[in-house]
Amino acid sequence: MKTVKVYGPGCKRCETTEAMVRDAAARLGIEVEVEKVTDARSIAMAGVMSTPGLSVDGKLVHAGGLPDAGKLEGWLSA
Amino acid sequence: MTTETHESGVHTNPSDWLWYAGVMAAAVAWWLLYGQLIPISEWATSLFPVDRHSHTGEAIAFFLYDVPKVLLLLTGIVFVTGVLRSWFSPEKTRAILAGKRQVWGYPLAALLGVLTPFCSCSSVPLFIGFVSAGIPLGVTFSFLIAGPMVGPVGLGLLYGLVGWEIATIYLVFGFTIATVAGFVLGRMGLERHLQDWVRELNAGPVGDLPEERLTMVDRLRIGAEQVREIVGKVWIWVLIGIGIGAAIHGYVPEEMMLRIMGGEAWWSVPAAVALGIPMYTNAAGVIPIVEALLGKGAALGTTLAFMMSVIALSLPEMIILKQVLTLRLIAIFIAVVASGILATGFLFNFLL
Repeated sequence: MKTVKVYGPGCKRCETTEAMVRDAAARLGIEVEVEKVTDARSIAMAGVMSTPGLSVDGKLVHAGGLPDAGKLEGWLSA
Repeated sequence: MTTETHESGVHTNPSDWLWYAGVMAAAVAWWLLYGQLIPISEWATSLFPVDRHSHTGEAIAFFLYDVPKVLLLLTGIVFVTGVLRSWFSPEKTRAILAGKRQVWGYPLAALLGVLTPFCSCSSVPLFIGFVSAGIPLGVTFSFLIAGPMVGPVGLGLLYGLVGWEIATIYLVFGFTIATVAGFVLGRMGLERHLQDWVRELNAGPVGDLPEERLTMVDRLRIGAEQVREIVGKVWIWVLIGIGIGAAIHGYVPEEMMLRIMGGEAWWSVPAAVALGIPMYTNAAGVIPIVEALLGKGAALGTTLAFMMSVIALSLPEMIILKQVLTLRLIAIFIAVVASGILATGFLFNFLL
């Protein structure tokens, strides 16, 4: 069980990122809990400056733009 | 973009050459098409059953010439900018600007504002990220003003539609306004007008992601992705802008334009700025209008003021920033930037 947080104010790319996370998890057969963080303050507190940002189990792995699908699988299965 | 990489990064792909060849082919096609815009648009206009030199004929010709031209320019500019900006990121920019309290921090911030990729939807996290890293408020403002004000899309379209002289004037004055407005705002000691929670947020944690190693093909891919995203989003504004431009070009009589937007009417500059603030479009939508206005004899200063106000001062952006700035600070911000725009407008109406 992994906890994934998607940081972003709710723009289209943030939603795409969330969908990508769910897809990747389904492909890998990993259970994930995805939380969307949309509050500007929380986004900033997490150290994310460019959205969408992504953290897996509390560790920030990506910020700015859509993540690479291959790398996403890497983070989820690590 | 910063991202964590597991495998040791750079690998060459057999499909790489496809990308290079594809970009080359697209560039050649772009060039050929761009050179044939006049015959193509004249031919398309002749299909309409109206006199080419009537009001309607002029408007249709303007529209049919500008739509492919602006879309071609937009695609080219967004692609090149996307590739160039892949060398920059908000994180890198923050590291460069952190602690720059000297005067040249302001022009540097304005320059980085043009080069750093960021979308207005992340301007709040970016603002907080900057301020909490100890970047002075004024320097942060220079960055945030320059980004939209002297964006490559606006400059490139101005160059393509209106000419290099006015594009250069716009670049110089837009950049100066961003630098000077940031400096003035910095001198006013406005930190106390931030929202309370922002002030309390001392040096928020800095995400220390390793910098991504990108291949040239990755960068080309980013450029292509930007084209898909941005052109897909702004095309409707482009069509609306060109539609308004075409109506002005075809139907508005020159004497009327001279009376309203001519250099003689001093009030036209503040009116243009006031009109521009609530108008929300982007550079790609406003420049066809500017083209038509200037063609009809509108004064350069008034037109510049209108364009700068539309692009640099937008109400939705202010509403986003309301999360971190108090109303008072937003009002001061608008007042300072608007003064710079007014000064530019009056200067050019006076000189020409």
